[in-house]
Amino acid sequence: MSFENVISKLNWTDVEQSIYSKNSADVEIALSKTKRDLEDFKALISPAAEPYLEQMAQMSQTLTQKRFGKTIQMYIPLYLSNECQNICTYCGFSLDVKIPRKTLSDSEIIEEAKVIKSLGYDHILIVTGEASKTVGVDYFKNAIRLLKPYFSHIAIEVQPLEQTEYEELITDGLNTVLVYQETYNEENYKKHHPKGKKSNFNYRLNTHDRLGKAGIYKMGLGVLIGLEDWRTDSFFCASHLEHLEKKYWQSKYAISFPRLRPCAGGIELKSVMTDKQLVQLICAYRLFNEEVELSMSTRESAKFRENIIKLGITSISADAKTDPGGYANPNVNLEQFEINDKRPTFEFIKAIKANGYEPVFKDWDGMLQ
Amino acid sequence: MLQIADKKFNSRLFTGTGKFSSSQLMEESLLASGSELVTVALKRVDLNNTNDDILHHLKHEQFNLLPNTSGVRNAKEAVFAAELAREALETNWLKLEIHPDPKYLMPDPIETLKATEELAKKGFIVLPYIHADPVLCKRLEDVGTAAVMPLGSPIGSNKGLRTFDFLEIIIEQANVPVVVDAGIGAPSHAAYAMELGADAVLVNTAIAVSENPIEMGTAFKLAVEAGRMAYKARLGATSSVAKASSPLTSFLD
Repeated sequence: MSFENVISKLNWTDVEQSIYSKNSADVEIALSKTKRDLEDFKALISPAAEPYLEQMAQMSQTLTQKRFGKTIQMYIPLYLSNECQNICTYCGFSLDVKIPRKTLSDSEIIEEAKVIKSLGYDHILIVTGEASKTVGVDYFKNAIRLLKPYFSHIAIEVQPLEQTEYEELITDGLNTVLVYQETYNEENYKKHHPKGKKSNFNYRLNTHDRLGKAGIYKMGLGVLIGLEDWRTDSFFCASHLEHLEKKYWQSKYAISFPRLRPCAGGIELKSVMTDKQLVQLICAYRLFNEEVELSMSTRESAKFRENIIKLGITSISADAKTDPGGYANPNVNLEQFEINDKRPTFEFIKAIKANGYEPVFKDWDGMLQ
Repeated sequence: MLQIADKKFNSRLFTGTGKFSSSQLMEESLLASGSELVTVALKRVDLNNTNDDILHHLKHEQFNLLPNTSGVRNAKEAVFAAELAREALETNWLKLEIHPDPKYLMPDPIETLKATEELAKKGFIVLPYIHADPVLCKRLEDVGTAAVMPLGSPIGSNKGLRTFDFLEIIIEQANVPVVVDAGIGAPSHAAYAMELGADAVLVNTAIAVSENPIEMGTAFKLAVEAGRMAYKARLGATSSVAKASSPLTSFLD
């Protein structure tokens, strides 16, 4: 059974009402347990949990340190292409956004790799738009082959692929795949993805099942916060995580919390999430699942990022460029969105250490896969 | 004195190198613990870099390195990783960890037995991380394991010796050293394991994540020594029944 079947049994409005009807007694029960289920997760992300934020943060810190220690995994995105055949209302790479398009050549990829490597990174995340003809499986295979000598952990955040395609890439050295559903509300999804392959809600929804069957080492999921009611969307995402963990028990999982950032062609947000609510969500995930990796990008502010590493986040990027070629030859006209925390890596590392944490650059090795 | 393969150890506290807030603090804590066998995850070190940060901080005569295979999911991957480790770190000692389940990091008994057999034949000193399964321990002895490392409770859980009943059987039956690994969350847990007759314990999270890892390292050192001493001195029997001072059967004397 894929997640499409699981989600078909859930009614969006019922879930939303159930979350908003949780009360302090539900929250206290959730906090008092040692193993929490999806109903507890609902209580922890509900408005009723807001007064318990400090307690949630304390618990989240303890659980995170128990599992991950006082360490933070460092990674960096590597944008290879901003070509895209999709129209997405919120994205700077959307087909209808008039920006110059660029796909990196072999020599440009290597140039980027060298700059990134010199900053100390060992885990990279390849990012592209969706342009299957020019940036398809063959392009990814070639990119992985070029990058493997430089990095010990390679992740991709690209269009959803077929199971057999994932299997090929895994054989070539792919370790992790991130695919965000953006929103689990099908109706709203269609509004935001009117054109291109991405408009197929269920194909995207079943991607992680294909990844699980392909035997991927780690997969990431998440919602694009701002498109829908974040509480309800996050509940669906947590259900997705639970479904995957039970079924594909040999894979690892990661959750991200991208809040929409201003970009070319930006839209009005349906819901705005405050910093306080983002902390609530991160802590709720940690209390719900002690082992899941929680990841944060440079979309958030320097102050927020420094504080959040103590509350449950376990992997974080820095110094990111969202324009293809941006490390060796920056060009802001090509970027997906403007990042928020622009501090160079060495400065961010200093801040991590000052908070009593060790930035970890290498936690994987090609020989293990 | 504890002996595993051809090596003798003054300290019965084995330690890990993960989860510390800095490599410097790791070094100081492990020195304070008196530990002489320190496990390092291969995935964390850069085998091609002679100045690797973790390895650099472990350059003390006191420390013997015990590379571990954390991250591998089957025997084949474990054997491959072990061979690379042997070459790069110049030791044939290996903590064999095969956990295909990345959530609870539960060891796979079938793959572990297979890998132990193969690695022992290749001349490795294998210390496999396993469930507290007495039969598996005997099977591992048969294929040439150098020690067994049964878990006290899930790794990183700090829950103590939840597998007590099985550890007792393992210790009773063992012909190789028994090292209780995983789940030891407090010095009292370590002391308890030693009182039971474990040959050593392996501790990482409880030291690394404490507020003061250096003091905690010392606390574990003392607890392991105390537990071992108590084991050798033989503990008195415990009884939940009071001994009557005027026994009912005294008229027979």
